[in-house]
Amino acid sequence: MGDAMKIEQICKSFNNDRTRLMDIVRTIQETFGYVPPEHYELIAREANTHRVEVESVVSFYSFLSDRKQGGVVLRLCNDIIDRFKGADAVAEAFEKELGISMGETTPDGLFTLEWTACIGMSDQAPAALANDTVLTHLTPEKVPGILEALRKNPDPQALVAECGDGGNADPLVKAMVQNNICERGEVLLADNDPEAGLRKAMEKTPEEVIADMKESGLRGRGGAGFLAGLKWEFTRNAKGDGKYILCNADEGEPGTFKDRVLLTERADLMIEGMTVAAYCIGAETGIVYLRAEYAYLRALLEEVLNRRRAAGLLGNSICGRDGFNFDIRIQMGAGAYVCGEESSLISSCEGTRGDPGDRPPFPAIAGYKVAPTAVNNVETYCCAARVMDKGPVWFENIGTEHSSGTKMLSICGDCERPGIYELPFGVTVAELLEKVGAENAAAVQIGGPSGQMLDRSQYGRAISFEDLPTGGSIMVFGRQRDLLEVVDAFMEFFVDESCGYCVPCRVGNVLLRNRLERIRNGKGIPEDLAYLEKLGISTRRMSRCGLGQTSPNPILSTLENFRPIYNALVREDRSGLAKSFDVLRAVEPACELTGRRSVIFHA
Amino acid sequence: MAEKLTITIDGVEVQAQPGQTILDAADGAGIYIPRLCAHPDLKPIGSCRVCTVIVDGRPQAACVKPVADGMTIENNTPELLEHRRNLIDMMFVEGNHFCMFCEKSGNCELQALAYRFGISAPQYPFQFPAKDVDASHPDVMLDHNRCIMCARCVRASQELDGKNVFQSIGRGFERKIGVNGERDLADTDMDVKDRAADICPVGCIIKKRVGFEIPVGERKYDHKPIGSEIEEGEYV
Repeated sequence: MGDAMKIEQICKSFNNDRTRLMDIVRTIQETFGYVPPEHYELIAREANTHRVEVESVVSFYSFLSDRKQGGVVLRLCNDIIDRFKGADAVAEAFEKELGISMGETTPDGLFTLEWTACIGMSDQAPAALANDTVLTHLTPEKVPGILEALRKNPDPQALVAECGDGGNADPLVKAMVQNNICERGEVLLADNDPEAGLRKAMEKTPEEVIADMKESGLRGRGGAGFLAGLKWEFTRNAKGDGKYILCNADEGEPGTFKDRVLLTERADLMIEGMTVAAYCIGAETGIVYLRAEYAYLRALLEEVLNRRRAAGLLGNSICGRDGFNFDIRIQMGAGAYVCGEESSLISSCEGTRGDPGDRPPFPAIAGYKVAPTAVNNVETYCCAARVMDKGPVWFENIGTEHSSGTKMLSICGDCERPGIYELPFGVTVAELLEKVGAENAAAVQIGGPSGQMLDRSQYGRAISFEDLPTGGSIMVFGRQRDLLEVVDAFMEFFVDESCGYCVPCRVGNVLLRNRLERIRNGKGIPEDLAYLEKLGISTRRMSRCGLGQTSPNPILSTLENFRPIYNALVREDRSGLAKSFDVLRAVEPACELTGRRSVIFHA
Repeated sequence: MAEKLTITIDGVEVQAQPGQTILDAADGAGIYIPRLCAHPDLKPIGSCRVCTVIVDGRPQAACVKPVADGMTIENNTPELLEHRRNLIDMMFVEGNHFCMFCEKSGNCELQALAYRFGISAPQYPFQFPAKDVDASHPDVMLDHNRCIMCARCVRASQELDGKNVFQSIGRGFERKIGVNGERDLADTDMDVKDRAADICPVGCIIKKRVGFEIPVGERKYDHKPIGSEIEEGEYV
């Protein structure tokens, strides 16, 4: 079959639906190893859109490529935890063995080597993806063996000699990933009575379910902390048919891996929660937006959906109730942190680039396909099912006054026991550090790069919406670490992940990072600290979405809590030369042309 | 008759219509809120952020934020003026803007804004990015060095011309305006009479063979700063 015919078939398999463009180009990428630009026109015609719209989508997502990639794409996780655990040496070993640099493809077309943002394996770093297969605990010594095996058998799945625990060993998953569950709380990781939440919800009216949800005080676990019950009420009361339930399974905040474990171990509970939401909102369609990095969990999730359909828990007349119809599809992401922002996530589900949208209107009023839509995180839906089973009062009594329930924390970095800790809200940083074995930590990053870095004097503070909110990422740094290297890595992350839609985030982050590098290189002056502060505040205040509003946090929070580190690096400059101008670099081309060094500047 | 709403901008009470944006309401009252990506004929998208105002304590882009009765809005505050100035500086350094030989000079909204804000040179280091010039089209030039990613052309082509000549591609600092063709603008159905050819606030999309047609002294912003037409109540 010719390429064109294959593409036509792929488009047809998604009903030539423009809103399924993400799936269309993903499937084309899987088939051809890239999305061939010479076929953009054809894809556009078949999907009822324009050529430039196809280019717009392909160029937005980092897992999509317009250049032919190798049969095995090796994506090494570049988050700072992986780097501190030796990712750079692993990358070097791959480069040496393959004879290519990061970002390149071997001439024989077998391998592509790339860096990628956090893949949610910081508790078993350094980690990488070989196509969809997760490789954990990498070392430079393992690299030759991995490549030899892949040359013999190009299916990366064959690299998994031993599976991890729990759902990781399921025949549909077969991943070397470990859950690393260190502490089970009573809400999510304790044993639960399957479908009890859904059954009890269906004994009540939708209004009563919403009242319970509100009474429980359950707040969104993604980070913003909006009351789930209130969101559901808005969505229920919004005018419009064909409402939607969206589940955000796109945890991309570096250092977060708690949804990975919920998806592996509590997929039924999550879907149960979505079904409860569908019941009280009156939605017939749900979407789980699964990040591309977790593609290895897709077959398991599909199986859970199928099993539930067969058991009458999804589909028409759920649990025998006439008129209660609800089904779910999985939407794969393609590598874009910003798609964890709910309006971006909706854009992505609609098959466009993941630029965030304006609010108002809120998704509850006009979300997916402009219909009222409830978007919640994996953990929130799991909690919702438990609230319905055990009652709002039970849930409300766990945690603190304004933060009910437990929180799934993924803790990684310089500690003895990295992993998953499900703990009641209100737990202090000091208590956490004792649990993970890191009492001497020099700094703790709460909430990932978009959160804040705490010094020792703040370890008495509590994980909660009223004090230290977090989507779940907690990174521990020991005394041996250069904290500005951490800040630099975080800023690099935001520069890479900014969608570029608005000026402050697109430009501000680049300028912030450049100035930070200058300071790290010992070329900074005291005025640079005020420059960073002012620029950081402008970026925070003027940016359009949560990404840009939090991206200066690594710099702003360390300027506040670790000022002496900056002070030690900057020094007064009396040369009178503008620091932004590097004269030696400026004369470089001239030196090359003339074949000699500058008499004045190289003196 | 439609009900009227009242909002307050910097302490001044302003009448507004339901459904209006803050920017529209302010324009109607002769209060200028600086902006770049907004254009009266296009749907607003809030990408430049220059029109950000503080609404009941929260920053919001005035071009997209609908009015609500009783809103208290800060516009002309030292804090906002500084942030806006910083945004204007950012747009200058992220591209390659050489006003002295740009044919948009004097009619350029970015340059005019800089003058209004008293900017003689940006405070941030120039990034000098390598950008393309697309001169393929017989009548229209596309100079990416001067693009500020306001997406006016994207919207004008879709909303006013019924075409789809432009769209954003890439992301982050590498984001750029792409064209709906095999390679460049000549491969599209762009026409010099399209509104999209006329709507660029800077010198990115320019018509060929008409450069420097208007003599210095008669250009749009030669005598009065940008925004004067709104402050003088002559804005339509």
